[in-house]
Amino acid sequence: MNATPSLAARTGTFFHRYANPGRFLRLGARLQPWLTWPAIGLSVAGIVWGLFLSPADWQQGDSVRIMYVHVPAAWLASSGYMGLAVCSLLSLVWRHPLADLAAVEIGPVGASVTAICLATGSLWGKPMWGTWWVWDARLTSVLVLFFLYLGHIALIRAFDEPQRGYRAAAILGLAGAVDLPIIKFSVQWWNTLHQPDSITLTAAPTMSTDMLWPLLVCTIGFTFGFAAILVARLRAAVMESRVRTALAMRRGRTETQDDAQDSGPDLSGAVA
Amino acid sequence: MTRKSRRLWLVGGCLIGLGTATALTLSAFSSNIVFFMAPSQVHAHPPAADRTIRLGGMVVAGSVRQQKNGDTPTNQFDVTDGQDAVTVHYEGILPDLFREGQSVVAIGSVLADGSFRASEVLAKHDETYMPKEVAEALRRSGKWDPRYGKPPDAASWNSMTKTATSQDKAAPQHGS
Repeated sequence: MNATPSLAARTGTFFHRYANPGRFLRLGARLQPWLTWPAIGLSVAGIVWGLFLSPADWQQGDSVRIMYVHVPAAWLASSGYMGLAVCSLLSLVWRHPLADLAAVEIGPVGASVTAICLATGSLWGKPMWGTWWVWDARLTSVLVLFFLYLGHIALIRAFDEPQRGYRAAAILGLAGAVDLPIIKFSVQWWNTLHQPDSITLTAAPTMSTDMLWPLLVCTIGFTFGFAAILVARLRAAVMESRVRTALAMRRGRTETQDDAQDSGPDLSGAVA
Repeated sequence: MTRKSRRLWLVGGCLIGLGTATALTLSAFSSNIVFFMAPSQVHAHPPAADRTIRLGGMVVAGSVRQQKNGDTPTNQFDVTDGQDAVTVHYEGILPDLFREGQSVVAIGSVLADGSFRASEVLAKHDETYMPKEVAEALRRSGKWDPRYGKPPDAASWNSMTKTATSQDKAAPQHGS
């Protein structure tokens, strides 16, 4: 129609460069050690720094060290869902095959970090606030995020025909993205028991640098870990689908051979 | 328009619609989503006597009275939001973080005389995290008294961390 391709077309071309499973497998294999080793190194360093070397808080004492696990888990819970929403968009608009597989694999990892975030938050709340759980806006919206993850995990595997599961789960994944700004701004819009963010883009952090650095190292380490697990799962998923396709083709071939020769009992089941 | 751009517009439109619907719903229910009421809100719109509400605010310095009644301590303190104050009665053990100047949330109901009987008291800590030595140093230098409000900006005391620790190490007995 016109010389300049539309935005949809251009974005599609950019992402479809990585849609080729073979290209992804090669890229993933090269990327994997660069994710796994920094993840192990930074996480161990951050945890040791945070749990043993950083100072205790003046009023919370050593309980503040739960932060070094809780905050990275909360960050990954939200950004993991952001990734899921992007995959859902790619799946719905551009029918991106790798985005479908990525959405399948993000679900359980994201649900796990959200569970860690909720569990450590509960363990932190009991000694500090005096309660395991309250229904304030922040805690409730994160619980909703956890249920969104669980719903996505169930829905994307609920159909015999995978393509229908991908579409249905992508709609859920995109609709659930509405929860992300609610989580982020819940502590500003409504008064909550949960305190406001200590680290924001607009203001200086209200945290001692002695605690900020180990928290930063932990967050980067955990993020590398999340990415490493995700890439490993995605590579396994791509290889699994290749094996399935190969098996199906082989079964199809043996069946046609059997039909052609019309030879006694069907043994193709035993082969598979 | 290609099928892809049509799908993109469709998805975008749906998201905008859903986002608007959510925003309208949340703003309509905003008064129910807040976790607690401030003392001035309680005075402006006094709730029914038997209704359980959550009252939030700062514990007024010098208002805390404790009595031992057998094994359970009886506590009385004032909670303020800067404009108004409500006296809270609570029978039971207060959370560790409870202190003068701390934000608390008390769950209970308003009595006939305007005071508040709490069945549960939760402590709400702020978003500032600082080592003990820094808090001590700020208090000693008179820059901050935890009983009267929020600590100063982290930028003003971050450089203090090192000096405070080295001072404490140099003179460990000083002041304690």
